[in-house]
Amino acid sequence: MSTMTIAKAINEGLRATLRNDPKSFLMGEDIGSLGGVYRVTEGLKAEFGAHRVMDTPLAESGIIGTAIGMALRGHRPICEIQFDGFVFPAFNQITTQLAKIHTRSDGQLSAPVVIRIPYGGGIGSIEHHSESPEALFAHTPGLRIITPSNANDAYWMIQQAVECKDPVIFFEPKRRYWLKGEVDTENAPGDPFKAHVVREGTDATLVVYGPLVPVALAAANAAAEDGHSVEVIDLRSISPIDFDALETSVNKTGRLVVAHEAPTFGGIGGEIASRISERCFYSLEAPAIRVGGFHMPYPVARVEEHYLPDIDRMLEALDRAFAY
Amino acid sequence: MKQSRTAEADQLVEFYRRMVLIRKFELSADQMYKRAKVGGYCHLNLGEEASVVGLMDALRPTDYLFTNYRDHGYALMRGMDTGKVMAELFGKSTGVSKGRGGSMHLFDTEKRMLGGYGIVGGQIPPATGAALALTYRGAPGPDAEAVMCQMGDGTTNIGAFHESLNLAAVWSLPIVYVVINNRLGMGTTVEMAAGEPELYKRGASYRIPGVRADGGDVLAVRQAATEALDQARTERRPALLELMSYRLRGHSVVDPARYRSAADVETAQKADPVPALRAQLIADGTLTEKQAAAIETKVDGEVAAAVAFADAGPDPTPDQLFDYAYATPVPNAPTALPGERMVVLP
Repeated sequence: MSTMTIAKAINEGLRATLRNDPKSFLMGEDIGSLGGVYRVTEGLKAEFGAHRVMDTPLAESGIIGTAIGMALRGHRPICEIQFDGFVFPAFNQITTQLAKIHTRSDGQLSAPVVIRIPYGGGIGSIEHHSESPEALFAHTPGLRIITPSNANDAYWMIQQAVECKDPVIFFEPKRRYWLKGEVDTENAPGDPFKAHVVREGTDATLVVYGPLVPVALAAANAAAEDGHSVEVIDLRSISPIDFDALETSVNKTGRLVVAHEAPTFGGIGGEIASRISERCFYSLEAPAIRVGGFHMPYPVARVEEHYLPDIDRMLEALDRAFAY
Repeated sequence: MKQSRTAEADQLVEFYRRMVLIRKFELSADQMYKRAKVGGYCHLNLGEEASVVGLMDALRPTDYLFTNYRDHGYALMRGMDTGKVMAELFGKSTGVSKGRGGSMHLFDTEKRMLGGYGIVGGQIPPATGAALALTYRGAPGPDAEAVMCQMGDGTTNIGAFHESLNLAAVWSLPIVYVVINNRLGMGTTVEMAAGEPELYKRGASYRIPGVRADGGDVLAVRQAATEALDQARTERRPALLELMSYRLRGHSVVDPARYRSAADVETAQKADPVPALRAQLIADGTLTEKQAAAIETKVDGEVAAAVAFADAGPDPTPDQLFDYAYATPVPNAPTALPGERMVVLP
């Protein structure tokens, strides 16, 4: 067991992958000599060399496109996209090639590319440095999408992403990069595509992932002071979604609130609400309620706190659920 | 001495004043960032002042400008108010875009400054489209309008650059693509990133003439930009202009630039165009030390006033949060914070 930040845990996870799998390699803009904007790849070029940790030109489409070609030839590329909003030049390659090559070749080929993307707001920046585009990729069959919320998951899930034979988009909660936690480097926490109950409760289920997990835990603590027992679930995998875990929890609690930073309109929360409404109809005491960003471009820094779901917004949603 | 000064010397003194304005504005922006007055990211024109001033002197008020995120100096030279630009960096409601754009997205349609763009290469296709629009009105000639599209060296590796140059060539568009080659794309050198590191040659595959000029020489920059723009106006042909320059600091104010060698830093500092022009003007008798100092003091006052203006302005308020998300009413667009109304039950 050792204590490390999420950024350091990903760094150590990548180091372990580079050691264990000689076919794995990193590529991205300024990830080598600079160590990345958030220093997540710091020291890796010095340790493994420029052919394992490649600085690329500014060309997101080219990075993902060449990674696909490498994966088709048996390599395990791990690409860094510098910020969430910078992935869009590569969207074409991801949605039209990466997600579909396995199907198109009738299973003869696969493209196990991992794409690391720091995502989410709360860092005082603007649109395209603060976005949460996970639903756009979740809507693309053929991709898997996971996101850690703590250092232990960060350390293990990045390694599990590389081991997966499908392409995986690995969203990193950038405003939590400096959040410290215990990492057990001996025992993996199991399937990265399963949700974790991070706080048990009996009255309502609060589903979150990535940067909002600490917010949800704080909201659950506040609700406990009002006599409400809230169960908090860290989704961990956005595609596929662990609906079984959600169903088990909601059948117990009878209430569901889903929160994410991305706009609620067309978001992951709507998908969860719909599925749970079908699967838990006779257990539900209240309609599923979503909390999230507004349907608008990510706002300016000085007012972003009004945009991001906070404890109050989660408590308000829980109150609404309890009012039925 | 004053009486004997030629018009050309007067022009150089004015160029020096403009370069000092950019230099002092950027040093002040750096300070304000470190005092947490400016949030997010902030990219400075330090070391590129001669390029900015020369380009913007060649560009006419009727022309259009698109730049990347390193846009402060261009906005100032386009005639945008120093205080309002600083207020935009501060994110204040008194900024040029009421704090919505920030450092990387400075816009002023009246000044035909159609934006800084935060995504590398994001400005190139829209700039090319603006040049296409010009061909739908007016005819080529010495008074025709043109578009200038500025970018960094790293951007020439992006697909959008090549797609756009190709379109400009096949459609014969009045646009000048300007590459500020400061030799570093964040921390990656041009030689590491570009298959053809002599970037002005990259227009060749589109039969776009390329010119390389000394970005530290304000007159050379103006001359090269004027010729390229003239060709765009009169012949309606695109041009590619590469300006060799140095970035004195990191990519943005938070970048310690650890990838740079001591020798490289020394070379960059030796090539610093601001003290070089100052020394030249004093050596040839155009300015006395006292006159140069007077220019600098006056600019200090202008920048201090800009900071005071930015500091005094109010933040945008939460009721402005939803403004301009859509240009027309949309049923599912938010119009106000949820507040009490969220807990109203059926």
